[in-house]
Parts: sequence; structure tokens; C-alpha cells
Amino acid sequence: MANSLLDIRDLRIEATVYPPGEPPHDIVIVEGVSLTLEKGKVLGLIGESGAGKSTIGLSAMGYGRGGVRITGGEIFLNGRDIRKGGVAGLRKLRGREVCYVAQSAAAAFNPAHRLIDQVVEAAIEHGTANRAEARKRAVALFAKLGLPDPANFGNRYPHQVSGGQLQRAMTAMALCSKPDLIVFDEPTTALDVTTQIDVLAAIKEAIRDTGVAALYITHDLAVVAQVSDHIMVLRHGRQVEYGSADQIINAPRQDYTRALVSVRSIAHEEKAPSSTPLLSVRGVTASYGGALQVLKNVSVDIHKGQTLAVVGESGSGKSTLARVITGLLPPSEGTITFDGRPLPRRLAERSKDDLRQLQMIYQMADVAMNPRQTVRTIIGRPLEFYFGLRGEGRDRRIAELLDEIEMGKGFIDRYPAELSGGQKQRVCIARALAAKPKLIICDEVTSALDPLVADGILKLLLNLQAIEGAAYLFITHDLATVRAIADSIAVMYRGEVVRYGPKSQVLSPPFDAYTDLLLSSVPEMEIGWLEKAIAGRRMASAGN
Amino acid sequence: MNLARVPISAWVGILFTGAFAIVALFAPLIAPYPMTLIVGDLWEPMSAEHLLGTDNLGRDLLSRMIYGARTTIFIAALATALSFSMGSILGFTAAVVGGWLDQGLSRFVDMLMAIPTLIFGLVVLSVLPTNLLTLILVMGILDSTRVYRLARAVAVDINVMDFVEAAKLRGEGRGWIIFREILPNALTPLVAELGLRFIFQVLFLSALSFLGLGVQPPEADWGGMVKENKEGIVFGIPAALIPAAAIAALAISVNLVADWVLNRTTSLKGGRGGE
Amino acid sequence: MGGAIARLIAQRIALGVLLLFAVSVLIFAGTQILPGDVAQSILGQSATPEAVANLREELGLNRPAVVRYFDWLGGILTGDLGRSLSNNRDIATAIGQRLGNTLFLAGVAAAVSVPLAIILGLIAVRYRNRWPDKMISAVTLASISLPEFFIGYLLIYLIAVQLGWFPSVSTVYDSMGFWERLSAVALPAATLTLVVLAHMMRMTRAAILNVMQSAYIETAELKGLSQFDIIRRHAFPNAVAPIVNVVMLNLAYLVVGVVVVEVIFVYPGMGQYLVDHVSKRDVPVVQACGLVFAAVYISLNIVADVVAIVSNPRLRHPK
Repeated sequence: MANSLLDIRDLRIEATVYPPGEPPHDIVIVEGVSLTLEKGKVLGLIGESGAGKSTIGLSAMGYGRGGVRITGGEIFLNGRDIRKGGVAGLRKLRGREVCYVAQSAAAAFNPAHRLIDQVVEAAIEHGTANRAEARKRAVALFAKLGLPDPANFGNRYPHQVSGGQLQRAMTAMALCSKPDLIVFDEPTTALDVTTQIDVLAAIKEAIRDTGVAALYITHDLAVVAQVSDHIMVLRHGRQVEYGSADQIINAPRQDYTRALVSVRSIAHEEKAPSSTPLLSVRGVTASYGGALQVLKNVSVDIHKGQTLAVVGESGSGKSTLARVITGLLPPSEGTITFDGRPLPRRLAERSKDDLRQLQMIYQMADVAMNPRQTVRTIIGRPLEFYFGLRGEGRDRRIAELLDEIEMGKGFIDRYPAELSGGQKQRVCIARALAAKPKLIICDEVTSALDPLVADGILKLLLNLQAIEGAAYLFITHDLATVRAIADSIAVMYRGEVVRYGPKSQVLSPPFDAYTDLLLSSVPEMEIGWLEKAIAGRRMASAGN
Repeated sequence: MNLARVPISAWVGILFTGAFAIVALFAPLIAPYPMTLIVGDLWEPMSAEHLLGTDNLGRDLLSRMIYGARTTIFIAALATALSFSMGSILGFTAAVVGGWLDQGLSRFVDMLMAIPTLIFGLVVLSVLPTNLLTLILVMGILDSTRVYRLARAVAVDINVMDFVEAAKLRGEGRGWIIFREILPNALTPLVAELGLRFIFQVLFLSALSFLGLGVQPPEADWGGMVKENKEGIVFGIPAALIPAAAIAALAISVNLVADWVLNRTTSLKGGRGGE
Repeated sequence: MGGAIARLIAQRIALGVLLLFAVSVLIFAGTQILPGDVAQSILGQSATPEAVANLREELGLNRPAVVRYFDWLGGILTGDLGRSLSNNRDIATAIGQRLGNTLFLAGVAAAVSVPLAIILGLIAVRYRNRWPDKMISAVTLASISLPEFFIGYLLIYLIAVQLGWFPSVSTVYDSMGFWERLSAVALPAATLTLVVLAHMMRMTRAAILNVMQSAYIETAELKGLSQFDIIRRHAFPNAVAPIVNVVMLNLAYLVVGVVVVEVIFVYPGMGQYLVDHVSKRDVPVVQACGLVFAAVYISLNIVADVVAIVSNPRLRHPK
């Protein structure tokens, strides 16, 4: 262990929780975790929410958020136990031997200061460089990380640059004091997929060139496979599996790891479109009052019992399309035909039956259900409202629906807050099904969920489609989800449909430029994918 | 709700608030002397006969305190009820209906709130007849602006939540949306605010009476009693401090209860510990 | 860059002036158009019809309200606030003198309470959830509930009557020196300080806590900066605007609290003047005082907003 940079042994971390109406008490959030990291190597920490991965990462800096305390184990950094150094010892090591890159750089930069002053601050504070040297170093790092106009980039304020640039600037900030170790805490999670790949490549290159070691924390195994030498899989604060990146990805030993590796590998055969579409959107243009058109001349069809996936990054107009179809945002031009008849543009003009036929499932199941209503009311209301079902008949139907979403009638008197994230989304699905709709709009329904839970939801949706025959309009930014569930695909970019057709056709070459960029940006569960993707891109741009 | 989990401060608040309410309700049964009867010399010290002594005219101070509790709490409660019902109904309506109604009401409330409540109260009371009804109306209407702002803000927050949109997409009417979707979620913050509004009304009424513009003598109310007995202070007679302390005690105990309700509300936001 | 900020500030001030006009309408309406006859209510129910008619004539109540409003407004804009009904003295002169006294009292209270509140707020944050914080928040909860006259008379009873340190009545006159004046307002200023202190401190604590819980403070901590540097370099620049906002709101509150405190200490300021004339139903004086109070209140709010605009980096350095 002599030459290991970071050596954590039998780590135990506790936190004080304040549950409403109960006396505060301590819970264990990390237990029995041990790891070592050699100089210049990268260890990926992976797990779902609540796995304790960020907590472990921060413990390498002797830091705990909120009421989090390190209560057991040893943390050796450069051969010294950082728990024995006291507050002064920690202060000397933070920002000098170990630095931190946060998930949201937008929040982690102080809005009141120029970027350059924040980037060089730690180096100057710890006396590893004077101001002029530190600035020179920062500019060189800006250039290395591919930031525009490196000499002047630092003169800007955080709100004046984009999210991807801020994330790189934060990496520069960490590298500027030449630390031995950097803790990357989900540095690309908040970014769009086409931005993520560039930032990821920049981070990887910077790690390689500077020889810094890193703890790389993420929930996305495909991402961590690109940058790590070793990977530790965590669940509920304990380690599940720990090995080389190659072994974890290609020969996982634990069931849980295997599940994570094979996530989103649902095989779904696309169905052939019928002759008359169920919903037909023709030439729709829409805006939120201003001159800016959020949707430009959009035309798509959805066939009975099939799934149209609308895919795009933030700002592509995909959610606006859903609002137009539901009638919440009347289009300025274009028509929508449903089941052979034109659908009124405004919600208020549609008949009760129109509304029943078209149901919606939201991204955040948390706020899509009234927290003061029980599952009985949430699922029962559409039954009562559309079909006049009451009393026992209604309860029987609720029980059937609860069975269909694989939950069972034991949940009927629960409040949403008493359900897990996946269960909440299932109840929302049941509420949509209760109306016996012909079309369900699914707006990013799996993006807020952990991968395994999301997988369960996708499988359920596919099963239900086979049973109930409802068509789905599936809005997502995630191409893996699209592959899993779609029959046809519409790719949207800046309010326009840039590519549209059956899944097999949309996903096979020749591609248009944007679809190509999008497809080549989605990390794959394959070591070395990042290099290939970047090389492919350079070739493409050289060819142009 | 588990009674053992109610903190001591809340118990103290509930106990005292309850005691004040009982005194107010049964004033004629509890008070040892009639409210306006002169029973002794002016500013007699505390004695077995007059537990708190006598006031500036020689009336029994304890009896006047008890009747004063009745007046003060009664007026403040009615004014709170008025400000609350008016403020929350208008606030909810503005949030749900939106458009020009919301704009108009909100701008008008902004304007009313640009004048400090006490100052505007004084301006209006300079021309209005001095009676209980005017007092309650003025207090209630002026304070309803604050309730309006809170109710509107809470309702606007809830109104943009997906579950309300889901109800709208289902085709629910305005009644269902206000009473079944928004109201149950807005109730807890509003109830916590109720206590604070009541305290404000007690203090507002007491200030007005102290300035001679609220409850008129010989009727007893705590603020007015401070005014009646204030001349005694310079002679070292603390009679004026007793009603003043009673106002403070009432306000503090209601505050303790409100604070507890408020804390429960904020901790409820985190859900019930599902997962 | 500077232009955008200047425009925003100009907009805010223009809005304030507009609001002041709206308020003048409201105050005028509040005293003129309310149900009941102003002249009747001024003179009381026992007045003879002739007396009422004479007063109506004198007040110009026979002319339409709109005309009277613009007369009044025109007067204000040229510095003429009219004459008092009760003693026929020029209102502007009387207010001028008393406004000075009130601002002196409020100024002394602010000079003591603002730094004290900020220091206590910082202590509460520094020892968050430990006994100094808990004690401070318990005391604030109590003192927010205390009426001004309770604190005022308690101070008179203990300090003026029992100890005899300061006079119980705050008489001031023109020939008084600064220190004499200061001693005269000591008790009312102390009362006002106690009244606003708790509130201001509680809000300061919340404002600083809000900043201290930001992610960029964690970043600073993870850079190994000292507690002092974190507060000086990272918390302070972002806390200025919210704290100024808190201070301004409380100064506005202080200006209102002055009314009751002046009556307690028989201090010859605006508050005393207003209350006296409300009892006498002297409408012109009440209108003028109401407008002056509202103007002070609105100006303080404008200052708070302007500071917020100036200190916002997003506005100072637009994209």
C-alpha cells in the first residue's frame, strides 16, 4: 500500500435525519467500504440514488454535507490519515492535494466573481503559485479543455457562459492547483447528450495529460466505463462489486452488476404502420406568445396500438408538441386529426370523450399526483368522471388496474408520499389506463428514475400496450429508451422534425448531420467507445 | 397525531391560548366586580379584595382585565375571520381565473400595501364614525391584503403543478380544481398564517385603542386600559403595565402555537418517508 | 452595460412615483368618498344643519371630488399642504418641524439597531442550532409579540421612574444641543430599537443562512479556504442585497412604529401630530401626514430595490 495515493479502509458514515413528527435519529448511510487508488488512476463509483457514492467521494476530502459524519474507518491520503489532522489539517489538504468538481457547476460557481478569480483562488490560497503563474496555468487549462478564447474566457462571469463550458471551467479550477486527486461528482449528468461527450472527452484527456488521479462518481455505467481503470458498484451504502473496468463491464460477477450492465437491452420488434393513422399532426406551428416559433411546421402520425418516439435535446420543442396535442397550447397553424375527425385546437372546445381518449403521463410522478389524495381517489376519479363508476364497482376496477401495474390492491389507501419513485409512476400509468384511452402521451416518464426502475416501467408500458392496445407518444431525450420502445421515431431539433420514419429506417444510415451527432453521442456499454466516437467525429469533420 | 410528540413550547402556547379563550367566553361569570363600577380609590395597590388593585377611576382592575379580554379577543377574532375569508377567497379566485381579474386585484392590493396599515387605518378612522362595526371592517379589510397575497401565492404555486394540469386535461370544472385539488394543499400554510394574522389584529387593535381611536370608554379593552392608566406610570404605579403584559402574553402564546403548526407544515413537505 | 442598469433604476423610481400618485388618490378617497358626510362626522351628530353647511362650504365639499383632488394635488406639488381646520396654521410649516424630530428619533434608533441586528444575526448563523442561536430565536419570538407600549412603559417604569436615569417625557426644543437631544430621545429610541431588532435579526439570519447554504459556499470550503475568507469573499458579496432589503423593510416598519412610541413619550414628532389631528378629525392634516408617511415608506422600498439591482451580477454584467 506504500505507493497508493488514496486508501480507504472500512469506511462508516452516519447522518442525523429529522423525520416529521419523530425525534431525530442517526442512520448509517455507508458501511464497510474499502478502496485504494494508485497515483494517476481513475476509480469509478457507480450506483443508483441513495447508494452513498457522493458521500464516499466527499469523504476523501474529509467533508460531509448537512448532518453527515464519518464515524468509522481510516482514510489515508498520501500516507496520512486525514481524520487525524483536525480542521486545520483538512483545510491544508482541500484545494491542494484533493479538489472537487460538482454536478451543477452553475450553482457551484459564485455568481459575484469572475471565473478566473475563482479558478486560481485555491492555488493562490495554498501558495502553490503566485497570481501571475496561476493565471497563466488557468489560461493553459482553458485551452486544453477546449474553451473558446482561452485568454479572455476567465474574464466572464458564471452566468455569461453555457452549462457545458462551466463544467469545463470547474474542471480547470480543480486542475489549477495541481492536486494529486480530483473527485468528479456526476460532472456530465446535467448536460445534454451531445454536450456530454465533449466534456467527457475533455475531462479524460486532462486526466491523462496531467497524471492526476480521480474518483469518478456517476449513475451511468456506460459513462464510467469510458474513463475508469477500476469500478466500484455500490448499493444502499455498501459495496456490491469492485474490480477492473474491463471485468465489471465484460464479466460482472454479481446479479446486481449484471442487471446494471444489461439495462435497456429490451428487444422490441417494430410493428408495421396501418393504413390510417390514429393521430395525425399536419403542418403544426406554435409559439408561446412571442415571435419565436417553438414548433415549425411539424407533421407526424401515430398508428393504433403503436409507439411514436419523439426524441430531442432540451429546447427542441418536443414537450411543446405534447402541449399542442393535448390542447393546452393551441397551434397558430396546422391541424390535428384524431381517429378520422379533426380535433378542436383548444382544450375548452374538446368533448369529454375527446379528453378521455387522450391521456398523459408526466416526468415527475411526485407532482403529477395530488399529495392529499389516496391512490383510491387518484385512480378512481377518472373511472367516476368518465364512466360514472361508484362504490364497489369502482373499487373492483381500481383493484384490477393495480394488478395490471403489478402493485396489487394493498396500495389502495396509500398516499403518494408513501410510495417509492417507481410505484408513483406506476400509479400514474394506472390513472391514464383508467380512462381506457386510445392514445397516451408519455413525457420523459423514465428520466427521473434510476436505470433499473426505469427499465421496469418501460417493460410494463410495453406489456400494457400489448394488452390494452393503446398507442403511445413517447417523448424522451434518451436514445436507449427510444430503441427499447419505439415503432417509429421523430427526431426534433430547434422546433423542427429533422428525421422521421419507422425505427429501423431512422436508426440506419445514411444519417443527416444532427441525427448522426445525436446517435454517436450516446455512451455505449463498451470500453474504448469514447475514443472511437471522438475519432469518428474528427474524421467526419475532416471529410467536410 | 401523537400527543407525546407535541413539543413543550406548543403545549404552553395551547394551554395559555385556551385559558385566554375561556376567560373571554365566561367573563361575566368569572369577573368579581362589574366592569364599570367604581369600587374604591384610584390606583389602589394590589390587595386580597382587589387582586390587581384599582384603576385610574377606582374600578377593579382584575374585572376590567377580564372584560377587556373579551372585547379584545372578540374584535380581533372577528377582524381575523373577515380578513381571512375575504383575502383567501379573492386570492384563490385571482390565481385560478387569472387574466385581468388577477391583474386588477393584485395591483390594487399592491397599492393598499404601499401605505403602512396603521397609517391608513388612522387616515380612514379620522372620518369614519367610531363604533365596533367600523373598527372591525377597517381592521379586517386592511389586513385582508396580506392574506390575499399569501393565498394567491400559494394557489399560483399549486395551480402550475402537474396534478392540476392533469385534472384540467381530464376536463374537471373550476369547482373541483379549487376545492378538491388546490384547497387541501393550501390549507396547512393558511392555517399557520391564521395565528399570525390574529396576533397582528390584537396588536393593531391595542395600538388603535391606545391612541384613543379604537374601542371607546367606558368599554374595557386592553389597549384602552393602557391609555387610561398610563399617567400612573410616572408616579411609580404599574397599573398600565398589566394590560400591556396581557397583550404580550396572549400574542406570545398564540405565536407558540402558530410556530408549531408552521414547523409541522414545512416538515410535511418532505413527504412521509416513503421509498 | 451601465445603460441597462440605469434604465432599470429609472424604471423603478418612475414606478415609485406612480405608486405615490396612486396612494395620494387612495388617501384622498379614503377621507372624502367614504360613506357618511365628512362635515357631519367632523362636527358630530349634535351639530346644527347650518354649522354643517358652513363647514361643507369651507371644505369646498360642494365641488366635485375630482376637482378637489386636483386642487389638493396641485397644492402639494407647489409645497402648499393647506391649513389646519382646528387651529388654522399652515400644515407644511408644522410638518417640516416635526418631520425633522421624527427623522432624528428614527435615525438614532436605526443607528443602534441596524449594526446590532446584523451582528446578532451573524452570531446566530455562526452558532447555528447551538445555544446562542436558540436563545436568540426564543427571544425574538417573544419580542415580535410585544406591543410597543409594553416595552415603552416598562422602560419608563424601570429606567425613568425607578432609576431616574433618563426623563420619562422626551421634550425637545430648538435651542437644544445634539447631546441634550440625544439624551432626551434615549428611551424612545431604545424602545424602537427593541421593537425592530428582533424582526430585523431574524430576517438577517435567514438571509445569511440562505447564502451560506448555496453550493458555491461548499465549493469555497472544499478549496480549503478559512472560515473568515469564505464569509468575506464568497458569502458577503451575495448577502449584501438581501441584508439591505431586510434593513430597508425594517426601517419602513420603524417609521410606522414611531407613531405609537411618540405618543408614549409625548415626543413632538409626526406621529404625535397625526394622532392628535385624527382625534380632532382635522382632515387636511391627516391627509398630509398620511401622504408623508407613505412617501417615506415607498422611498425606503425603492432604495431596497435599487440596491438589489445594482448588486446583481447578472444585471451588472449582462451576457
